Amino acid sequence: MDDRIKKVKLTDRSVEFLRQVEEISGEAITACEQCGTCSGGCPFVEEMDITPSQIMRKVMLGQEEVLHTRTMWICASCFTCTVRCPRKLDVSKVAEALRQIRLREALDHIDVNDLTEDDVDRLPTIALVSAYRKLTG
Amino acid sequence: MKIGVYLCQCGGNISNTVDLEAIQKHIEGGDEIAVVRQESHLCSGAGQKAIIDDIGAFDLDRVVIASCSPQFHEKTFRGALSRAGLNPYMLEIANFREHCSWAHKDNPEAATVKATDLLDASIGKVRHNVPLEEKMMKMGDDVLVIGGGIAGIQTALDLADSGKNVTLVERQPTIGGNMALLTKTFPTEDCASCILSPKMAEVEGHPKINLIVDGEIESIKGHRLHFEAKIKHKPRYISPEINMDECIGCALCEEACPVSAPNHWEQGVVQRKAIYIPAPHAIPYKYIIDKDICLHDSEGCTACFDVCPQKAMVFDQEPEYTNVAVDAVVVATGYDIFDSREKPVFGYGEFKNVVNGLEMERIVDHITEKNPPRDVGKRVAFIQCVGSRDEQVGREYCSRVCCMYSTKLASLLKQARPETDIYIFYTDLRAFGKGFEEYYKRAQKMGIKFIRGKPAEFKEDPKTKMVTVLVEDTLSRQIIEAEFDLVVLAAGLTPSKSTEKIAEHLKLAVSDDGFLKEAHPKYRPVDTLVEGVFLAGTVQGPKDIPDTVAQGSAAAGRVIATLAKGEFAVDPMLAFVHDDKCTACGACFDICPVNAIAAKPDGKAEIKETLCVGCGACLGACPEEAIDLNGFTNMQLYSAVEAALAGKKPGEKRAVVFGDSNCTYRVADAAGVRKMKYANDNRVLMVPSSCRITPNLVAFAFAKGADIVLIGDCPEKGNKFEWAHDFAKKYIEQAKQILTDKGIETDRIVFDDFTASNLPKFVETMNALSEKMKKLPDIDSKTRADLNPLEK
Repeated sequence: MDDRIKKVKLTDRSVEFLRQVEEISGEAITACEQCGTCSGGCPFVEEMDITPSQIMRKVMLGQEEVLHTRTMWICASCFTCTVRCPRKLDVSKVAEALRQIRLREALDHIDVNDLTEDDVDRLPTIALVSAYRKLTG
Repeated sequence: MKIGVYLCQCGGNISNTVDLEAIQKHIEGGDEIAVVRQESHLCSGAGQKAIIDDIGAFDLDRVVIASCSPQFHEKTFRGALSRAGLNPYMLEIANFREHCSWAHKDNPEAATVKATDLLDASIGKVRHNVPLEEKMMKMGDDVLVIGGGIAGIQTALDLADSGKNVTLVERQPTIGGNMALLTKTFPTEDCASCILSPKMAEVEGHPKINLIVDGEIESIKGHRLHFEAKIKHKPRYISPEINMDECIGCALCEEACPVSAPNHWEQGVVQRKAIYIPAPHAIPYKYIIDKDICLHDSEGCTACFDVCPQKAMVFDQEPEYTNVAVDAVVVATGYDIFDSREKPVFGYGEFKNVVNGLEMERIVDHITEKNPPRDVGKRVAFIQCVGSRDEQVGREYCSRVCCMYSTKLASLLKQARPETDIYIFYTDLRAFGKGFEEYYKRAQKMGIKFIRGKPAEFKEDPKTKMVTVLVEDTLSRQIIEAEFDLVVLAAGLTPSKSTEKIAEHLKLAVSDDGFLKEAHPKYRPVDTLVEGVFLAGTVQGPKDIPDTVAQGSAAAGRVIATLAKGEFAVDPMLAFVHDDKCTACGACFDICPVNAIAAKPDGKAEIKETLCVGCGACLGACPEEAIDLNGFTNMQLYSAVEAALAGKKPGEKRAVVFGDSNCTYRVADAAGVRKMKYANDNRVLMVPSSCRITPNLVAFAFAKGADIVLIGDCPEKGNKFEWAHDFAKKYIEQAKQILTDKGIETDRIVFDDFTASNLPKFVETMNALSEKMKKLPDIDSKTRADLNPLEK
């Protein structure tokens, strides 16, 4: 991401994006009180580019750029944040909602035909399933 | 029997729509109808005079008035009856204006039919009216205050100073409560015990206060300015049990005692002996023996007894009991600090250097000593909202004092040890009280760092016992992972355990957060829905010391105002027992929600009038109809229902609506006032509560021609009688069974709640019932006759 300060515009589109994420996740994102419990306890936070609580904040403000963060792909849905959130919000579901929005664009990032017999033999099944799900349309 | 019937034209409000001439003709010449008269304004002086004159001239013994809703002029007309020398309860009012002429303004014919039915119902009911007397009950000056914290102390002192006789019960061995545990108080930093001790001493010396420490409320019952409590004196093992007068506090015993344990008053920060004074400024200043560690019973140790100049110890003391009868009760049972073990991620109770706020109060209190019992190290963290604002532990509310108590403890620590590096981790910092914001700013200027973020978890270094805190600084969006010598959990306030039993005994309502509920959140903040029971302090919800003291004084003021009259009138519309019908079966003994039913020596039931609240819930439980309710007796309502349905013509349908006086009857009135149109095939009869409606009464309504019976009440939440819905639903199930047995659709009985302001719901419900009735088949006359409970 560009690291210079950009002014945030509040538009109908930002409201629509928030509504879309709330609908897919089923979570009331505006109820997040930004306490940071999710981020402080996240076992993978150091691999992320923005913290889980920042995801919540940016979605609330309708900033679609969250769809291009590493964070939502790093999230392993381990639910540490979910069981700790004092407002009982399910942050993992929000990350999943963001992934869904991207996945529904149905873009092929890899061509299955490019995988060699050797790749298929060596790779763990779960890695293949995950790759098909995340990287193919 | 001589009945006078008065039809009010209400300056045309009634007579322009309802055909009063026709109704007058319908009534005149009826059984025992002595006079029927129309007046333009019955509520006026002239109108009332006409009634009063007639009562004398015709020797009337009961009066029926067709006018506006009884909520407007029932008192006026009862007054007129009184002035004429007639018992004021020999009156019934038919609601011609709100329920007929205004509601059905567009259909004068239907309005007249409905008015006729309602008048017939009132005449039917008045035939069974009996004179009732408002009994005057004497009030005394005795008040029980439960809880000897600052709230109870303030209340007790205000009451005692005004001349009331106060019994103050505290379950701990000293009064003072949680405030006595605090070091200094925010935001002024005056020492808690310095400002509290004089008040505690005043309590002990006050001639009007009977102080009972080590006391537990074993039982308490009552209602309406008359309560009886049984108080258990837990043994202190000092003679005599009630006031420990033998003990002179000389401390020789303490020096001799060979065993010690952590002082729980000091939150375990320092040690004490098995025989000890609970706190340096304890009131009463008397020793107590901790039997859990005392060696007397196990090893025959008598070290304390041997040195005691008074020989005050009684090692085999048993509990004693005191009974008190009082006119009012103030519940001031305070709070418990949140048990931080419910948040295992913070390691409280497991990690050596994680303490809670109360423990920190004691640690800070000793910090300026040469050798403090516990040091704090170099870097200290305070964690806010532990057990507050956390749905994971079921606590949604803010505890209101933690932001400021942490700020205070941090400030005191910083002043005593300027080199300490102090961090306060918060989510939202609440500094709303007088002087709080300034205090917060002062702490920031001192160098205390406020970090906006709630820690997720701690780790303890097994060797150094340092605590690592993991937290996001949500303002800089960085994850902080830092080691602290001491972590203080700003544990919140929770409803105190000891309150539960008292609330249960006194039938006090509890709010969603678990604290006791006030009668009204704005206008009656220290009253409860139980007359004569008041709340003071944190038992009602988290609050700081000034608010607690203010509420303590407010509760005292409410008690004084309540008792000032010296006597009070008991509404005569209470339950009573037809002694000849009672078979002593006992079916009613345990069902009364306020314990107003008791067995007489002959086994038959009797109603305690000081306890009964007149809800009528007991009527449905009596198989013999031996229990009855003044003002709404079985005979009154049977007669009213029968008369209300007598005018039903073949092909017509009728919904009988039993509407509670607070909500359902009032929303019908309000719909009339707003002249909202709704179906005219309903007849709304006022009852005190839905729980008054017996299965027999419902069956009777169907026997006499009802096609639908609607029972309406206020919503369960906020209902004048919180048990109303439970009873109503039970009785309705029984009524439905009666219909099922006769092969009648059970959806003819409807239970619904209304609020006096939700007019559309009432209108829609009446219209829906009308539509529904039109589709329902007629119930044949044989089946109807079989339903009549009075024919069995």
